[in-house]
Amino acid sequence: MTFMLTLRPIDEQLAEYSELFMLIAASIYTIAFIAFTIDMVRSSATIRRVEAELATERDRESAMAGVGAAGSGSGGAGTGGSEGGGPESGGGVEPVELVDDEMAYTGTKRPIANVAVALTVVAALAHAFAVITRGIAANRVPWANMFEFLTSAALIVSLVYLVALIRRDLRFLGVFAVGLVVIMMVGATIGFPTPVGHVQPALQNPWIWIHVSLAAIAIGLFALTFAMNILQLIQQRRERAMTAAGRGEDADGEASSRVSRWQFLRLVPSSVALENWAYRINAIGFVFWTMGPLITGAIWAEETWGRYWGWDTKEVWTFVIWVVYAGYLHARATRGWTGNRSAWLSIIGFACIIFNYAVVNVYFPGLHSYAGLPE
Amino acid sequence: MSEKKDRGKAAKREKAGDYIPADHKDAKADRSDVTLPSLGFVGMLRWAWRQLTSMRTALMLLLLLAVAAVPGSIWPQRVQDAFAVQTWIDDNPTVGPVLDFFQLFDVYSSVWFSAIYLLLFISLIGCILPRTRKHWQHIRSAPPRTPRRLEKLPEYGALELESKAAGDDADAPDTEQVIEDARRVLKKRGYRTDVREAGSDARGRQVPASIGAEKGYSKEVGNLLFHIALVGVLVFVALGSMFSYRGQKIIMEDEAFVNALVAYDNFYPGTYFDEDQLHPFSITLNDFDRVFDRQSEEYFGQALDFTADVTVQEGTDEEPRQEELSVNDPLTLGGARLFLVGNGYAPVVTVEDSNGDVAFSGPVVTRPEDSVYTSMMVIKAPDAQPEQLGFQGMFLPTSHEVEDGLAVSIDPELGNPQLQLDSYYGDLGLDDGTPQNVYVLDTENLEELNSRSAEAGGIVLEPGQTYELPDGMGSISFDEVIDYMAVDIHYNPGQVGVLVFALTALGGLIMTLFIRRRRAWVTVETTEEGRVLVRYGLLSRGEDFSLRDENIALRSDFEKKWPVRAPEEN
Repeated sequence: MTFMLTLRPIDEQLAEYSELFMLIAASIYTIAFIAFTIDMVRSSATIRRVEAELATERDRESAMAGVGAAGSGSGGAGTGGSEGGGPESGGGVEPVELVDDEMAYTGTKRPIANVAVALTVVAALAHAFAVITRGIAANRVPWANMFEFLTSAALIVSLVYLVALIRRDLRFLGVFAVGLVVIMMVGATIGFPTPVGHVQPALQNPWIWIHVSLAAIAIGLFALTFAMNILQLIQQRRERAMTAAGRGEDADGEASSRVSRWQFLRLVPSSVALENWAYRINAIGFVFWTMGPLITGAIWAEETWGRYWGWDTKEVWTFVIWVVYAGYLHARATRGWTGNRSAWLSIIGFACIIFNYAVVNVYFPGLHSYAGLPE
Repeated sequence: MSEKKDRGKAAKREKAGDYIPADHKDAKADRSDVTLPSLGFVGMLRWAWRQLTSMRTALMLLLLLAVAAVPGSIWPQRVQDAFAVQTWIDDNPTVGPVLDFFQLFDVYSSVWFSAIYLLLFISLIGCILPRTRKHWQHIRSAPPRTPRRLEKLPEYGALELESKAAGDDADAPDTEQVIEDARRVLKKRGYRTDVREAGSDARGRQVPASIGAEKGYSKEVGNLLFHIALVGVLVFVALGSMFSYRGQKIIMEDEAFVNALVAYDNFYPGTYFDEDQLHPFSITLNDFDRVFDRQSEEYFGQALDFTADVTVQEGTDEEPRQEELSVNDPLTLGGARLFLVGNGYAPVVTVEDSNGDVAFSGPVVTRPEDSVYTSMMVIKAPDAQPEQLGFQGMFLPTSHEVEDGLAVSIDPELGNPQLQLDSYYGDLGLDDGTPQNVYVLDTENLEELNSRSAEAGGIVLEPGQTYELPDGMGSISFDEVIDYMAVDIHYNPGQVGVLVFALTALGGLIMTLFIRRRRAWVTVETTEEGRVLVRYGLLSRGEDFSLRDENIALRSDFEKKWPVRAPEEN
């Protein structure tokens, strides 16, 4: 009965606001996603423009040096010559570093990408408002059912991405990160629309704060590395094609056509840099997964169901995911398993997470009913 | 287990190969490339052991473990629901026994699953032991010798200090003082340091004074701790399953349960369970409270809270006391934990046979099927004369008639309680001693008396009503409704150990993933101009993405100590 006193009625008005802002956030994310896509599609134009700018700058510098040395007012001839060849020849001159392997900002101007980032910020604010008001309306954590978990996890993906953007130039990830957020928001709204309400007794436990939020953070981190590892695989193909073309092994011109087809990858760091960063983020994600789903999940299960581990379908998949990511961490230390193979493990790990969430929750019978009898 | 290799710096490492200790590379992986040696039986054993403890094998076993765990989520498991397994096998008579033969209904205790994790743990122990010994030696020995060519290390820097004698503004301290300063800087940054005097090496070459330094020994400690703690978790899981017991019991309102083997509905003892282990306690259900959502429109009637008001007595001498048992709030009685896992309604029913003798009387456990407590029930009255009587049907807490004779429950609380039953007579199948499910009526050898399709119609009863069975077979009365709760009683002496080791593993994991193990060397010599030249190099062991930052930090620390000469313009 003690719980009854704390169960305040649902604030329906606030709940409506929450739903409205969720919709607004989803719409802005969609526009941001489109902007990121345009930026990616136009990247070859961007690259050409940036290269032209850099070439002009270089020419100006050399011209200045020329001025100093010659002591005369001219020196325009040389500048004009390279200006004509610079912008179009692109790959002909030494390739310009457009991205840094440390993923620091290099000053490459990408106006559309910046608009996309700004839109993502606005969307995340509306999104955060929607999630928080939903929690206030129900007077509990806003992640107690599939709709809420999906929208909260999407907020975390979006926030993790934005926070990472402050220090690192991860704009190349925008299409993937924001795309994922859009999918999660749409999935929540179409797949599991749930009005605000109280939760069943088993979920009225303080562990829901820690357990579910740690899981959501882990999933948010794994989502980012999933995108990075996929890019790593694509980037690696391109790098291999580039080496092949460079060596002159490109008999049928396939390799060089592949190089030119994937121009936007020049805005993406090298596969090794992607792999290293994915590893760093996965390591953090793994710690969160150990703390959240695994350990606090077991503690909560003991408190509610009487056993810390009972191989419920959800528990099975939590374990499988943990083992897959543990395998990933070990693979990085095993000869012959670094690079692509470990990237695949990370990708499989995230596929398991999606499966665990979408398929296991919906189609597999599990411990969710409290009115029933055991056996 | 995680001798890590930094791909990003791999190229640089090739060059610095001389200075990387032999064990730095994944020595185990190297060994697994070795072809089968012809060394006889002992050699074979040694080879097999090396194969098993190699990183590649461990990784394979790890991935195999992940794959092997999956079937447990596809097919029902006995550890969860033995009844569901039996139903599955009955429904699939061809595939069922085959799957059962391969232990696919007992995945987590199966031979093949156990084989995988036991091999994995043997491999793990085989990996930990030598590494623990090796790390112990590392901790006790001085940092490795100073490399001759620091500039070949992944991170390198040089500082030329000013000297008045050479015509600079400031005067740097002498080499001895510089060595001491450098040592202090390294010490402050957490390095263990070892000062080496200038001299000559084995080949007679001049070697400047230097410092060897190393830090982050706890990275490997964390790694070992993590893996040892996993063994601890496994050991305590095993101990727990040996000495634990687990049971289930349905307790009616006003019924007392005494913790004894005979009192349980279901009981699952551990391997070495002894009846004396049962903790002496008793529990009585006084009252059961259900709270449902009455405010929300969408969730009207959703369960919000279940609380059992109970009287418990530990031992036989202690005073009985009042307690509340609710879903997230188990009771601890002795060492055993008592959990509220289910509840429902138990209509109290009296069945009389054709002679007017009471053939059954008492509360009947019903199984709620949905959120409005539409509950299935079965009554067996084997003592009825001349024919045994059986009933099956539903209990509806708030009955509402939707069409002729067909009613559904529309609310989980007792608004309009009603029994809807079919009756049978004949052989209940209880006499031959075969165990039967109390919730299932086997109608194979029974004749139907009542049902919606039969001439007599079904039985519909409200509290206080009595129904006379057709053909003078007897009568059934519905007296009242009481509550029952289902409890799980668990005792697992291993679980505290599991928790402690799981948390230790977590601590070790954080240590090994986020502590950086680094080596630094500083050499101090005097240039031809008479200036002091400080050179330093850094090397990381394992993944380290911020060695460059360490270089920068070290340099700025040095620059604060001494007047450093600006690099010469070329």
